[in-house]
Amino acid sequence: MAQLADVDLTERLLLKAYPFNRYAPRPGDPVAMTVTPLRKPLSECTVALVTTAGLSSPGQPPFDTSIRMGDSSFREFPGDISPQALQMNHRSWAFDQTGILRDRNLVLPLDRLREMQTRGEIGTIAPHHYSFMGSIIGPAKLIRQSAPEVARRLASDGVDVALLTPV
Amino acid sequence: MCNQSVGLIERAIEYAGITTVSISLLREITEQIRPPRALFVPFPLGHPLGEADNPELQTRIMRAAFALLPRNDTPVLETFAP
Repeated sequence: MAQLADVDLTERLLLKAYPFNRYAPRPGDPVAMTVTPLRKPLSECTVALVTTAGLSSPGQPPFDTSIRMGDSSFREFPGDISPQALQMNHRSWAFDQTGILRDRNLVLPLDRLREMQTRGEIGTIAPHHYSFMGSIIGPAKLIRQSAPEVARRLASDGVDVALLTPV
Repeated sequence: MCNQSVGLIERAIEYAGITTVSISLLREITEQIRPPRALFVPFPLGHPLGEADNPELQTRIMRAAFALLPRNDTPVLETFAP
């Protein structure tokens, strides 16, 4: 089990001092308070995956690990890509990357989604899936620009359900 | 930080009219960000779906996460029992 105590000291001091409650939902904020009920059974839903693992496909620029407050951009992947074709460049060494390097399904489980589609557990796999790189210390741009942009793209693809994974 | 980013992205997607669920690896952070629906998993950082090359475990975690989708008593934060 991951606990703050397991994270290395520098990262832990940052996490301890970081004002996470600044981003707690505020009652007047519609983005934080909105609930979208499931409109149909999962077996009829179009499902998309979103991860913060810092994945990019070979033709895309990798995430910029030098931006001090974090790279809030995203990468888009077609639904028929093999997850193993994706590269990972994540600036955080607070987590063990070896599992993901061996099996990208650990964070972007496209192969598992395909199996679930074959078994009829989900409806269809969305035409596009997304990765951010999660070490975003200053999330203002993420909140204002890149997260809403991914949300718009998912909505225009007719996505019903999104599964999100951190690292 | 990743768990915060996931929560913030999740809210934006839910706001766009899509039902969301996320995996959480750090309960303390997800409790503060309070995204719509989250499944806390007792695995090391970097392992939101449990283990590499363990499709059976990965599928069980995804099913447990998807099982939270009909819940509208947000924020939902449940724990995965391996």
